[in-house]
Amino acid sequence: MLYAILCYNSEDVVCAWSREEDAAVMEKLAAVQRPLAEAGKLGPVARLMPTTSATTLRKTKDEPIVIDGPFAETKEQFLGFYVVDVASLDEALGIARDLAKANPGTGSYEIRPVMAFFEQGRV
Amino acid sequence: MTDLAWIEAALTSARPKALGALLRYFRNLDIAEEAFQEACLRAVRTWPQQGPPRDPAAWLIFVGRNSGIDTLRRLAKQGELPPEEVISDLSDAEEEQADRIDGSHYRDDILRLLFICCHPDLPATQQIALALRVVSGLSVPRIARAFLVSESAMEQRITRAKARVATAGIPFDTPDAIARSERLAQVAAMIYLVFNEGYSTSGNGGEGASLCEEAIRLGRLLLRIFPSEPEVMGLLALMLIQHSRLRARFDTGGNLVLLEDQDRSLWNRDLINEALALIDKAIRHRVPGPYQMQAAIGALHARAPTAESTDWTEIDLLYQALERLQPSPVVTLNRAVVVAKLHGAEAALGLIDPLGERLSGYFYFHGVRGGLLMQLGRKAEAREAFGRAIALANTPAEAAHIRQHIDRLSALARESEVKVL
Repeated sequence: MLYAILCYNSEDVVCAWSREEDAAVMEKLAAVQRPLAEAGKLGPVARLMPTTSATTLRKTKDEPIVIDGPFAETKEQFLGFYVVDVASLDEALGIARDLAKANPGTGSYEIRPVMAFFEQGRV
Repeated sequence: MTDLAWIEAALTSARPKALGALLRYFRNLDIAEEAFQEACLRAVRTWPQQGPPRDPAAWLIFVGRNSGIDTLRRLAKQGELPPEEVISDLSDAEEEQADRIDGSHYRDDILRLLFICCHPDLPATQQIALALRVVSGLSVPRIARAFLVSESAMEQRITRAKARVATAGIPFDTPDAIARSERLAQVAAMIYLVFNEGYSTSGNGGEGASLCEEAIRLGRLLLRIFPSEPEVMGLLALMLIQHSRLRARFDTGGNLVLLEDQDRSLWNRDLINEALALIDKAIRHRVPGPYQMQAAIGALHARAPTAESTDWTEIDLLYQALERLQPSPVVTLNRAVVVAKLHGAEAALGLIDPLGERLSGYFYFHGVRGGLLMQLGRKAEAREAFGRAIALANTPAEAAHIRQHIDRLSALARESEVKVL
């Protein structure tokens, strides 16, 4: 069975870490990842940029609207994600629009740049 | 990370929100600060046992409010202290109440807190000092170290700034859209002042760099409460790009290294990438502004793998657009450096010579002018310009950098003598 582990924390606090504190935490996390990667149990690991870098595409009755900032509603649940390698935010938004069209009903797509991406963990 | 370090980070990041709300409640900066301080002390005592609250800012506002009311009562009774047991620690029920504190005012609370630090009556140095003390919560000794002044001088500077702000009156009305955008622009300018103060002193060991980080933190905070303002995105992007070069801007001896000579592998790519993402977001609004343009110029440098591959034509166009939007001799001076790359030193010199009167007291003006004169072989004039630059240098690193040019001039002079012989 594949599981996705989604990480939540206070961004204010994480952004207040010094470079050294941040590196120390990342090192500790890497130590957790290493044996998992060796056992072939670890898939992609991503660290996202702060929510200030996010843009959200929200479906409406008419054309979807683009909102600056992260997804902020509580009525919808987190159901899936894509990682795309594109040249610009506009291209990413274009993909999100296509996904929105293909998917019936309501929904939102938060487009958040990835700060660091590891195919098989930080090892 | 230890619990205490986590608590410290949580208190730091909750500060603008909590202090802003307490200021609205008590309408007095000193009482609000004292109430916040008291709440922090209690947090350090109770959080390690009870665990941190879900919403640290709401907790601090709730506890701070009670403590501030206490202080006011105490003052009213002229010094009579209430018994210690009256001040109860938070129970679960109280925490639930704290969680329900209305968050809708936060945005204006934080903006007000930032805004009182950039009162037009305050000189720039006082604005920065006040913001670092009040909004960021840095200790006076730390701010004093960053400004290279004594603690007592800094204490005095902050006290004076606070007094001036108090007499000027703090605006407690909810601002309308126009007032809000005016405040926003002033706050953005103040944050960039903090950044620049750190930027110019970041060579001499850490403290300057931490001011830059503080300014970036404030920029993120501002963008989080105004997520759709392209100029705020631009400001944050600009600071991130400039800060990304921190480790490349000085050599091991603490000497300045010019952009074109920097080891680009030392640039912090995480910061650059975040800046590029923000610029991408800002451009979608199609409302250009000075911060966005400067960030875009920085982005062109950041995208060039080597100094030689820099897109000078595009940078020149951006500087021209910036000149139109915000005419300033400093912008023209920066463009002159680009023009020198594109069309030679002669053309650049023609561009900056008319600025002489307005920029005669500006270090970079004489530094750039000296460099251009040196390229044209006008050594005596170059030496004179460098001499003026050294006299106006803001930091030892700047002076040392110019001195290198003078040494090079002397070396060139010796070489030509050899040739003549």
